[in-house]
Amino acid sequence: MAEPSRPKIIIMKGATDNLSAATYQIYGESHTIGNSLRWMLMKNPKVEFCGYSVPHPSEPTIQIRIQMYDDLSSLEALIKALSDLDDLCVSIENKYETTLQHDDYYRFEEKS
Amino acid sequence: MSSSTDINPRRLVGITAERATNVSNAEFPGHYPGEDHSWDLQKFYENTTVRVTKLSNRSIEFDIIGVDASIANAFRRIMLAEVPTVAIERVYVFDNTSIIQDEVLAHRIGLVPLNVDPGIMDYRDPNDETLATDRNTIVFKVDLTCTRNPSVPKGSSEDPAVLYTNHEFLSSHLVWQPAGEQETVFAEVDKPGSTNPNIVLAKLRPGQSINMELHAVKGVGKDHAKFNPVATASYRLHPNIVLKGDIPPDRIEALKKCFAPGVVRVNSLTGKPYIDREAMRGDYVTREVLRHPDLADKVELSRIRDHFIFGVETEGAYKPEALLPEAIKVMRSKISTMKAAAEALLEVKRQEDVTMGES
Repeated sequence: MAEPSRPKIIIMKGATDNLSAATYQIYGESHTIGNSLRWMLMKNPKVEFCGYSVPHPSEPTIQIRIQMYDDLSSLEALIKALSDLDDLCVSIENKYETTLQHDDYYRFEEKS
Repeated sequence: MSSSTDINPRRLVGITAERATNVSNAEFPGHYPGEDHSWDLQKFYENTTVRVTKLSNRSIEFDIIGVDASIANAFRRIMLAEVPTVAIERVYVFDNTSIIQDEVLAHRIGLVPLNVDPGIMDYRDPNDETLATDRNTIVFKVDLTCTRNPSVPKGSSEDPAVLYTNHEFLSSHLVWQPAGEQETVFAEVDKPGSTNPNIVLAKLRPGQSINMELHAVKGVGKDHAKFNPVATASYRLHPNIVLKGDIPPDRIEALKKCFAPGVVRVNSLTGKPYIDREAMRGDYVTREVLRHPDLADKVELSRIRDHFIFGVETEGAYKPEALLPEAIKVMRSKISTMKAAAEALLEVKRQEDVTMGES
């Protein structure tokens, strides 16, 4: 559905040269990813500040601002947060599959 | 008397007469002195519980305990808007003399839930209409004409089902037109059609007819609500009710009436009221009790901030228990797309740094 030429992530104007403070614009994402990624970035002790916004409701982009301590790279923190979020998804899925297969829960029939 | 000593007060969202207190979780690194709240997969795995509590052929209820609202909300939002389904997208009307206008009928047909597994279909390119193939489009035909039933004597019945044939256009009247490899692909599963055969799409009277070709494609709920795979997907926080202090025996009945049935029980030996933990889960936390001045200070109402009770209902192609795994699958594919893009950016950045270092 996306215009193929549009990049998924761009670094917005005003980022520091070492990327220790930068705003990333992510195309085709919304609060779904924005808020969970913000939460995961804030779980990183090297992140000084992280916030996200949906600049306009009819444009399919979000902006994530990341500022790091110790001149670290915010891009590396972003990549780490994405991997951690993926690990989180895997553990929730494992736990869900386990409970679905092994737990004794109430089962019933419903008419549609 | 029941106590909440087992629940960490930091996990509670307080509910007072006019305010919700302690709404957000603040367990981030650097917030609480001397505590480490940085991301730790091992710790997360140990502190998180997922539990299915109810399952039917149409709905599921499960608890996710120990995650942040942003994560629970992401799963809910993906179930609503980004898990793909198949729905009728194009309606070619050759004849429609029914009382319902073409566009209204087309809209109603679009909303019919189909039993097609979206996993076996591709997305159709919306910019290129010539690209309809047997892998991305399923074709149905409808050809109905309402006629009088000649065997029924005049005036013998008022019932249109007796008087006429085809007096209703139902979802079961969609006739699948297999194309290409579809015949073999759908040989092992149910023939494409509506999950519910009894949806009335239009009513007809003698002489009226409908003749249409319908094209179903794969899509997502954020494009149109007809692609939404769930009837509802929502969560609520687990209620927590604590009694403190003695309640006069003559006020116990009043206390009981402030909560959902079975929440307040009376110990048959001591005559003292207590909260039934099992029933508390279903309480609505109406705050009715706070309107009684003599009871208000004897009860503490709250909800558990990280205990999400999900309720998911479905009417379409997915089984209710398949929706959370599908949502997680979508979330993971979004993450991997973003990760690839971020790593590409990092590579570009490294190249730039190298060339700048040389000059």
